[in-house]
Formats: sequence, C-alpha cells, structure tokens
Amino acid sequence: MEEKILLKYIDVPDIEKIEVYQKHDGYKGLAKALKQHKPDQIIELVKASGLRGRGGAGFPAGLKWSFVPKDSGKPVFLCCNADEGEPGTFKDRLLMEKNPHQLIEGIVITAYAVNCHQAYIYIRGEFSQAMKVLEQAIEEAYEHNCLGKNILKQGFHLELSLHSGAGSYIAGEETGLLESLEGKRAEPRLKPPFPASVGLFKGPTVINNVETLSNVPHIIMRGPEWFKGFGTEKSTGTKLFCLSGHINKPGVYELPMGVPLKELINNYGGGIIGGRKLKAVIPGGSSTPVLTAEQVEEVAMDFESLQAAGSMLGSAGVIVMDETTCMVDALANLTRFYAHESCGQCTPCREGVSWMAKIARRIEEGKGLEGDLELLLDICDNISFKTLCPMGDAAIGPVVSFITKFRSEFEDHIRQGRCPIEKDKSIKVRG
Amino acid sequence: MAVKFSPQAVKEFEETLARYPHKEAALLPVLLLAQREFGVLSDELVQYVAGLMDLPPSRVKSVVTFYTLFNTREVGRYVIRVCHTLSCALNGTEEVIEHIKKRLHIDVGETTPDKKFTLLECECLGSCNTAPVTQINDRYYENMTLELVDQILDSLE
Repeated sequence: MEEKILLKYIDVPDIEKIEVYQKHDGYKGLAKALKQHKPDQIIELVKASGLRGRGGAGFPAGLKWSFVPKDSGKPVFLCCNADEGEPGTFKDRLLMEKNPHQLIEGIVITAYAVNCHQAYIYIRGEFSQAMKVLEQAIEEAYEHNCLGKNILKQGFHLELSLHSGAGSYIAGEETGLLESLEGKRAEPRLKPPFPASVGLFKGPTVINNVETLSNVPHIIMRGPEWFKGFGTEKSTGTKLFCLSGHINKPGVYELPMGVPLKELINNYGGGIIGGRKLKAVIPGGSSTPVLTAEQVEEVAMDFESLQAAGSMLGSAGVIVMDETTCMVDALANLTRFYAHESCGQCTPCREGVSWMAKIARRIEEGKGLEGDLELLLDICDNISFKTLCPMGDAAIGPVVSFITKFRSEFEDHIRQGRCPIEKDKSIKVRG
Repeated sequence: MAVKFSPQAVKEFEETLARYPHKEAALLPVLLLAQREFGVLSDELVQYVAGLMDLPPSRVKSVVTFYTLFNTREVGRYVIRVCHTLSCALNGTEEVIEHIKKRLHIDVGETTPDKKFTLLECECLGSCNTAPVTQINDRYYENMTLELVDQILDSLE
C-alpha cells in the first residue's frame, strides 16, 4: 500500500468538518508555520521540497512565490485556481468536495509566506457541490480563528472569498482568471508583466492550483526531505492521476510521481474495458500530445519522462482509448472543444482552431480532401507561438500528435471517403 | 414591468460588493445573482445590473455573452447540459443525448413547449471518471444510462 499525502484522510467520515479535520492533524501545519517560521523560511522550505505546480505547467511553487516583490507598497493577492476544466481532469473537484480544509490551510500558509491579506478561490461555475462545501468550510475556518484577524493568535490576518466563474475554459489560464475575477471577459493578458509583479487589481499576485496548495500544509508539517522521499529527483511528491476513458476502474489515484503509465492503467485502473486492446493514451489532459500503445509500455508519469517521450504531464488527466476508438473522431471531438473555448482575442487561435475542427470533422464524415492533413499541420504551424496565451499551443498538441502517430488512419478516411473504424461509442456499464 | 431586485437580493448584492476592493470585480457574482432571480439575462436586466454596477450596459453585455452559464434567451425550468467532450463521448454520451431528444421531442438547443426542459450539449464538466455525465440545473447526474435518464426525467416536477 502506497503512502498517501493528499488523499490520506479522504474517506474519513465528515472530514470536511473542521472538528474532524483538526483531529486528523488539521491546521497543525498552519500553527507550525505561524509560530515557528518567518514568511521567507516558508518559501525556502517549499523551494527545498521541489513542489511544482499541479495545474499543468509544473512551475516550482516556492520559486513563483519568491518573485513577489517585497517593497511594491501595493497589497498582495493570492488566487487559488479552482477552475478545473482541462478535459480528462477531475482531481481538484475531489479535493474541494471531500477535504476543503486541507486546501484552506494551504491557502493561509501560502498567503502568510507572500505577505498577502486577501485571497480568492476562483472556482468554476459548474462546481455547485464543491462551492457549497467550501462556503461552509470557510465559515468554520473563520469561526475557529483559522481565517480572519489575528489567526491562531499569531498576529497574521487573511480574508478568503469564494468567487464563482460562469462557464469558460480559458478562465483557467492564469491571466484569464485575473481578468474574470476583475469582472471582465476572461481574455488572457500579454506577459510580461507577470502576475507576480502586476496581477489582480494591478497588485502583485500569486496564482496556484488547488492540488499545489493542498500539498503545502504537509510540507510544513513533515519537512522538505520527507516530501522529496516521494517521486523522482526532479518531480517530487505524489500526484493525483485522473483515469478516464476505456478503463475498468476510472477514478483519481494518488501515487508517487514517476509511476509507470502501464502500471497505472493495468494495476490501478484495472486494465482496458472488455479486455480489449489498448490503442492510445492522452497522458496529461486533452492538450498533451497523445501516446501510442507502444509508448505506454515504456513511459513513466513525471514531468521529465513525459517530456522526453514528446508529451507532457500537464494536469495528469489520463484518457485511455481502446482499439474501437477512431482517432479522427476523437480529434474532431477535441478540436471542437478548443474551437468552442477560444476566447477570440488572437486571430490565429480564433480562426485557426475553428478551421481545424471543421477539417477534422469533415475527414471523419468521409468528406476529407487530398491535402487536408498538410493543411491541418500548416494551420498548426500558423498558430504555434503566435497567440497571447498557451491556449493556441494547447489546441494544436492533439492535432500534430494524432496526425503524426496515426497518419495511416487519417489517410484511410480520406482515401475511402468514409470512417473505416468499427467504433463502439455505447454506454459502458462497469461492475 | 421594470425589473428590480427583491430585498433579499439587494442584501446579497451588498454583501457581494463587500468582498472586493473594486466594485467592478463583483460583476460575475452579481450577474449570477440576477440570473437566479429572473432566470434570463434580458436586455432590460442587463440595463438594470449596469445601473447597479456603474458600468455601461455594453460592458455588462459583453461579459454576459462571453460565459456559457449565462442565459441570454429564455430557458426551461430545468436546463439539461449533457457533456459531450472526449471521455464522455467514449462512454456513450451520444446515446444519452439521442434518448433525451426522443423523450422530450426536442433538438439540442431547444426548449419543450411547456417550458419545462431545455436541452444543451456542453463541454467537459470535470467528472470524466463517472462518464457519461449530465448536469441538470445545479446538480450532476453521473454514470448515466438510458434507464437513469427516464427515471430522472420522470422524477422532475
């Protein structure tokens, strides 16, 4: 049995209540942080732990915090990014619905480290249940002096508010999130300046993912060396892996970074549904390049290994596709998603991604033209690094990799003027 | 009839403003509140919110039309959003959509004549482990089957 960090107490009844959370080491990390450490020491501890952002980019959390200027004279803000929307990802929702105080504790410690007195949780508007749980938990935290003035009588104060989104994938991009939180369309900003210097309401701002922040109390309690005992040298700690698609046991699995993908799928996920053959896996959420069944045999689930395999760990949303999957159909689905979610600011993304969706769909429908694959790749080339935010490159991740790795399947569609795959898109009932 | 917040909504509006250092930042929560009160963010309601927020109506409208959870036209009492992104698509969401269409005799994007149901497709709801997933108003319905669709639709008054 692997030791867990974030999901250790997830099945404890009523762990979302502060009294129960406190009985399971809850808010001890906060007490230790406030009583024994100066803010800078917290940053050093988190740097030493090697904790990297769990939202997708994998940026070192402590380093991000250290970029906040100490002498700007402006109030510092902390935003927890709870706008979980990358297809294939559903870990933050679990953390918020089941163990909200772990997140709140992480937020308070992080706020203390960066000298912030106003924090927001930006949560996607669809997550009504998580909002209900978090509202209750925030109220309890105020009542128990874990939020508000003079927290745990240590002189630090922090206000925390929950802010609901209203349906937008791009609000999960950090500067899109800031715009949205300021009451605007979630149109990402040009960087630099980076949010650490000019962020929310023009103040220095730290933006961290739910899972990242939930790790912080444990690092403070048990130290960076303990945390580094999990995972690999450069990808430390555990990770919440989200398994979905054609898998027997879909769900969230907390395992050390670096777990072999094959083991994740077969040992934890119970293998492919119906005993079918594996065809492809998207390892880190829909924007990460797809892996072939052969690659799945060899790759490990950490930042470096997936990068070496030409893909990314991203948000660790693992989408498993069996032999009945039509890769053209799957790509048409994903490009439609990105076309729908493009904010429209940058022409290459707004126009290009829509074109990609239309072309992928027409190939699937048997109306593909000679040269369509070259056209798709050319559009990708015209989007890559030509947009304000990473969304353009996110949208082309699947296109380039699907065409490169499954080219003959695309060509068969065009040549035969129909989809040659016997797809099984029926409802799967699991035991 | 001019739109106007109820006293309860006015109270909630004021509490919302207090959470932000700038009034403008409260726009999304205030629009969500307005939608809860009146169902649809009509041009008249947009004007009203703009007045409350000291913003030009065009500015408010630009936000309303950006986000998918804001209703710009009339919807039924129950808004059914069926996720059709990849993990749900691999697990049979098309069957769910077809079944709902047949049962309610409406197409995606339409509302039943009795104004009870609106059927929409939506992008990833962040619950891929329980695909196919459908959201009806605020609530998630997971691991959908055709029998479950029938049960749920029958149970909604």
